[in-house]
Amino acid sequence: MQQKISELLDSAKLQIESAKDEASIEQLRVAYLGKKGEITAILKSMKDLAPEERKALGAKANEARATIENLISSAKDTAKEAAKSIRFAAEKIDVTEPAKAISLGKKHMITQTIEEISEIFASMGYSVTEGPEVETVFHNFDALNAAPNHPSRDLTDTFYITEDTLLRTQTSPVQVRTLQSTKPPIKVISPGRCFRADSPDATHSPMFHQVEGLLVDEGVTMADLKGTLDYFAKKMFGADVVTKFRPHFFPFTEPSAEMDMSCFKCGGKGCRVCKGSGWIEILGCGMVHPNVLEVGGIDTEKYTGFAFGMGVERIAMLKHGIEDIRLFYENDLRFVNQF
Amino acid sequence: MLVPVSWLSQYVDIDIAPTELAERMILSGSNIETVETFGEGISGVVIGKITSITKHGDSDHLLICQVEVGAAAAAIGFENPIQIVTGAQNVFEGAIVPVALHGAKLSDGLKIKKGKLRGEVSNGMLCSAAELGFDDKVIPFVSKDGIWILNEDEFADKIGQDALDALELRDTIIDFEITPNRPDCLSIIGMARETAATLGKEISYPEVSLKEESTAGQTDDILKIDINKPELCRRYVGRIASDITIAQSPWWLQRRLMLTGMRPINNIVDITNYVLLELGHPIHAFDIRQIADQHIIVDTAAKDEHFTTLDSQDRILDEDVLLIKDSQKGVAIAGVMGGENSEVLDDTQTIIVEAANFNEDSIRKTSKKLGIRTEASARYEKGVDANLCAYANDRVCALIEEIGAGKVLSGRVDHYPTRVIAPEIIARVARVNAVLGTQIPASEMVTILESLEIEATLSENKQEILAIPQTFRGDLKEEVDIIEEVGRIYGYENLGMTLHKDHVTVSVSKSWQVRGTLRNLLTDLGLSESTTYSFVSPSTVDRVRIPADDIRRSMVRLINPLGEENSVMRTVLLPNTLEVLERNYKRGIAEAHFFEIGNTFIDLHDKLPKEEQHLSLGLYGGDIDFFGLKGIVLQVLTALGVDDVAFVQVTDDSTYHPGRCAKLVLGDTVIGTIGELHPDVAESYGISGSGVRVYAGELSVDILTQLSDTFHMYQPLPKYPSTSRDISLLVDEDVSVADVESIIKANGGQILEDVALFDIYRGTQIGEGKKSMSFSLTYRSSEGTLTDEDVAKVHENILKIIEEKTGATLREI
Repeated sequence: MQQKISELLDSAKLQIESAKDEASIEQLRVAYLGKKGEITAILKSMKDLAPEERKALGAKANEARATIENLISSAKDTAKEAAKSIRFAAEKIDVTEPAKAISLGKKHMITQTIEEISEIFASMGYSVTEGPEVETVFHNFDALNAAPNHPSRDLTDTFYITEDTLLRTQTSPVQVRTLQSTKPPIKVISPGRCFRADSPDATHSPMFHQVEGLLVDEGVTMADLKGTLDYFAKKMFGADVVTKFRPHFFPFTEPSAEMDMSCFKCGGKGCRVCKGSGWIEILGCGMVHPNVLEVGGIDTEKYTGFAFGMGVERIAMLKHGIEDIRLFYENDLRFVNQF
Repeated sequence: MLVPVSWLSQYVDIDIAPTELAERMILSGSNIETVETFGEGISGVVIGKITSITKHGDSDHLLICQVEVGAAAAAIGFENPIQIVTGAQNVFEGAIVPVALHGAKLSDGLKIKKGKLRGEVSNGMLCSAAELGFDDKVIPFVSKDGIWILNEDEFADKIGQDALDALELRDTIIDFEITPNRPDCLSIIGMARETAATLGKEISYPEVSLKEESTAGQTDDILKIDINKPELCRRYVGRIASDITIAQSPWWLQRRLMLTGMRPINNIVDITNYVLLELGHPIHAFDIRQIADQHIIVDTAAKDEHFTTLDSQDRILDEDVLLIKDSQKGVAIAGVMGGENSEVLDDTQTIIVEAANFNEDSIRKTSKKLGIRTEASARYEKGVDANLCAYANDRVCALIEEIGAGKVLSGRVDHYPTRVIAPEIIARVARVNAVLGTQIPASEMVTILESLEIEATLSENKQEILAIPQTFRGDLKEEVDIIEEVGRIYGYENLGMTLHKDHVTVSVSKSWQVRGTLRNLLTDLGLSESTTYSFVSPSTVDRVRIPADDIRRSMVRLINPLGEENSVMRTVLLPNTLEVLERNYKRGIAEAHFFEIGNTFIDLHDKLPKEEQHLSLGLYGGDIDFFGLKGIVLQVLTALGVDDVAFVQVTDDSTYHPGRCAKLVLGDTVIGTIGELHPDVAESYGISGSGVRVYAGELSVDILTQLSDTFHMYQPLPKYPSTSRDISLLVDEDVSVADVESIIKANGGQILEDVALFDIYRGTQIGEGKKSMSFSLTYRSSEGTLTDEDVAKVHENILKIIEEKTGATLREI
């Protein structure tokens, strides 16, 4: 019996060593240790032996079983690792092959720019408000202090629907609507479409977008206007940008200014983007004219305010080097997908 | 407004370089378009005299000129005269002309070298004014299409000198952008005032002292003036000059006109233009021979009155047009253009010089109506200072005397019914500083205002400034105007940069948020955003076949569109989106998935149209089909928290495929329509062939915004297990998934948790006109684990009702 156990152990060792894969190892496990396995059979046959013999042999048989179990378990691990290596070798890919196409759409460049501008002003506490695109002459011109004979009122400049209604030429009428509907403090921006009777060419479009801004509160100064817009320019175009405020004329603000910015491309040395001047005109702004505040019934002694307006297309064109405004409205995917 | 720095310097001492001047002017409010150095790059051009001309033997049009260039010849190793071949025909023996010598450079970069022209030696080039940098439109007619012929009297003694030096053309020209509120700056004097204030210098006005040497009598004995329309003519000043000799103007005068963009004509016309540029006051000169009774009457024209202006155009006037007449006829359209019948001619001997002030609106209307825009009308329509008339008139007459063009009669006729006076403006020192955010002392404010020729007096308590501007500053009316003047001369660059402290909270409208969600989601789903014009062609609604009585045909029409194709406001976005698809398709782009969010405009005959935000979808290519589109729309609805929307089959929307169109309905509300575009519509947009199909839709963003509710209450997680039953039904084709689903949902009681279609099968095995639909029904109770009997009770009942209502037969799975 002892002899047989030794022989079994030896043959098991040999067979396990030469087994190649997990399945054949499992077959060996069944053959030796399974319900009908040889070691199992020996253990079963021991019940007929004398107690002292059974004890000695039993220990031997159990030892053999444990040895075989261990051998099988480690052989299985080895076989598993070997199988993985083979699989990994077979499954190796060239990671430089092209990626699978996952199509994401693009927001329109105008939307992207408006969102960028809006987020900067939102971070300064400006809310977004909007107004109609078909406006009254009152909101678009009269209430904004535009002289009755101001040339921008002409049919050659402005699209009219009737004598009293038109396509807004600027987002500034939203200022008027806001002043009429809200009590100070007022702190809003208003992005939107505007229309002017310009035939389309590389730099003109009969439809374009503006972002208007308005702050009305006690103690608002022109220095606040400068600080706010300087902050905006640095956020939008980079911290190195320097701003310059030039006196200008707008009917609805006084004092009025245009803000120029040192060219973000050349840093002010002069290049194609800034047409050699080192400066780029970015927006118009000023202190809200008392006549405009009065339209909203606002006490002009108590409150002052500033307003500004910028062309979205212009900013997008400058920032991204787009040379033809018409590209925005063509919506050619080869253009759209660039941004 | 072109301003030569040399001319400006006549009135203000400019002791800084032109580029620095430009910088400082920009900062004080005079924006600059360009700064140009005249004659930059030109060298080697001298004054020469043509001593003889012979014909070129080998050419019909070439002339061989012998040109005397004085000492300049030896300087480059030549001998006088220098032979130059020219093709210009306006040269003559004795002509004094600019000569580009061998080695010269011209403004366009051209380099001149000696050479031969058809065998004849040519050692240089005779120059045109254009070659020295002048625009064609300012070159005197005599030199316009040929060599620049210089005035012999003035240049005969300058032979051999550098031409730019001799012509005093080394100058800097600044082009100022003049804003509409500052018509006073449409003049050299106006810009001189701004320069003086900017640099803190004094301005010296041209001194006018008249000799009045004419012996032809007293002006007021001869000239009669009547203003019949005082509301349209504030003032009319007339003088008379006799002994006129029409001739070329002296070069200094011509030069200033040419550098400021005007063509010299003759001495009298040039002087009127000179004063227009110098003082900004339009001047007109009449030949007195043509003024009947020497009587000027300012009146309106008659209806349909014909009048020939000095450009020989016949104009038809009406009773709104202010007309300068004599006792018999019209002689000039006031403030706009003179008449051919009374213009200054070569034999003119006596002239009436008019300096008048007309109503801005009247001039603007006339100018627009007649389509004539002149230097005069451009200034009058913006406003000219009525108190300037007499000075401007005297200035013209003084120049006539100065250049010897004629003699001036003594006295003037001046009709000025109501004198224009400047407003008295109170500016509070504290207010000025409060608006600007400054602490400028009152005394500095006074100094600033005085530098702008505003009379400024500080009150005794030093808190207010009484400011009285000159009448040429019509833009200064109230305190805020004074604040701006103080601010801009003090310098915006000297104001602080602060952020206003406030306690405002940020809010964003729901509509803005919804649009943001839509844009984020749709781009994530592979659609790109288009932006198109809000105005479209009226035919767009025909192209997408919107029915005749549809509200979307109630379009808002522009009075003055750029063209028919942009003449109405869109009532629907889809046609624009289809045009975007069309453009991409025609450009060979295989797949295009677009959306657009924008306003539509419906004319409801209120003052303003109804503006509604829409979302349009348009897709072709890729593997898009109806259910792909539906999937996109479902994502939209889910993202916005708009639940329980039904997709109702639509067969009669002519925009779409009659079998592949659905409207989105929630209760009584129609949110929009989606579907496969009708092949005829697709074809009309040129998107057809090779099996391409277009999927499209349009939803109301306003309605989605109203319905959107993304808030969710917590639902406890299920405690007990669910159990599911799959069923397969054989039904007729016209039984829809929604029909069966709604029966299942209606009869599922408390325990039906979910129902989902997982397969549809059509095929010969089940017969024509039939389909097999397989659903999975999930049951669960919150009370306890369901038994087979619990489920069977509900499930069997559902099957029975489906069979009854749809005629379905149950298939084995």
